[in-house]
Amino acid sequence: MAQSLASTAPSRPERRLTALRRLAIVPALNEAGSVGVVIREIRAQDPEFDVLVVDDGSTDGTSAAAAAAGAHVITLPFNVGIGGAVQTGYQYALEHGFELAIQVDGDGQHDPSEIASVLEPILDGRADLSVGTRFAEGGGYRGTRVRRVGIRIFAWVVSLMVGQRVSDTTSGFRAVNRKALRLFAAQYPHDYPEVESILVLSRHGLRMVEVPVQMRVRETGNSSITTLRAAYYMIKVLLALFIGLFRRYPTPQEEP
Amino acid sequence: MTPFRVSIAAAIAAVILLLVILELIRSRRLQERYALLWLLTGVVIFVLAVWRSLLGKASDLVGIAYPPSALFILAAFFILLVLLHYSTVISRLSEQNTILAQRLAILENRLREAEPPAR
Repeated sequence: MAQSLASTAPSRPERRLTALRRLAIVPALNEAGSVGVVIREIRAQDPEFDVLVVDDGSTDGTSAAAAAAGAHVITLPFNVGIGGAVQTGYQYALEHGFELAIQVDGDGQHDPSEIASVLEPILDGRADLSVGTRFAEGGGYRGTRVRRVGIRIFAWVVSLMVGQRVSDTTSGFRAVNRKALRLFAAQYPHDYPEVESILVLSRHGLRMVEVPVQMRVRETGNSSITTLRAAYYMIKVLLALFIGLFRRYPTPQEEP
Repeated sequence: MTPFRVSIAAAIAAVILLLVILELIRSRRLQERYALLWLLTGVVIFVLAVWRSLLGKASDLVGIAYPPSALFILAAFFILLVLLHYSTVISRLSEQNTILAQRLAILENRLREAEPPAR
């Protein structure tokens, strides 16, 4: 399957040929219906990508669907939450010597055709973390009102804290270089990790940029965040952010 | 109305409790998700200490003649809440622990059977 896709892949720009080993980390929770499509789309965009699906305790055969589509699969024995699942991906990337990693959600909301744009600041060496954000959303993004307000508040608080305008702290469509990958493999927050990880990154002196991308409507499955939980998470994350200000962050060691 | 000295002592105790909780979170010995109930407890104690007529009003409302016993009931309620929360956490942990042990044992078995037999 993967081979036939590789042969039909579109011709790539020259720079894509630079042999940086790259991994697409696809966290998935009960996304059997969409994860295969996501894997195939990533491969079609850039066959250089190794795709790793981290199945966070699904009960619907997500792992099997991912393996059938030709991805590496890590099946967590039970649900550890999005933070723990994504960090598993970073640890895998670190151990297997990948130089770039991009996170693409298994529900299909992140359009793999935008991978090149999200990756660009990393390839140019302009940033250690590049986040694809939905300010260019074309009506594709639906969320509860609480969620929208939450996104605004997080953006405002985080912008103040890192001294850089951050428009959307909750996007999980993000690429990292080896340096940020090492950091996140060692230290990654648990709940709503996207928000806090930006603070962690900035505190360690690493650089973040945002890239506007289109987000798609989720293909299948339900958002794991209901309104009430969103409010609860918001309080928790604001607390974590506030306390994060008072933590000491050692500078990450250089690669030996 | 709570006596003035009692108010000050209670407020100081509440602030110390809050500071200890925050320091535990900062030094990563307490996760945020387990800290929220404790923080709520600290804040409630602090509010009751500073807002001196509140305890009396609350007691009147539920028909408790002696306000300090309302305080005890409240304290007991919070302790109950924290304990109940812990019971759910322990249940989840023991469940996950079983799953981990099973997965590890099956993995060990698979490795052992894949190895050539020792001579």
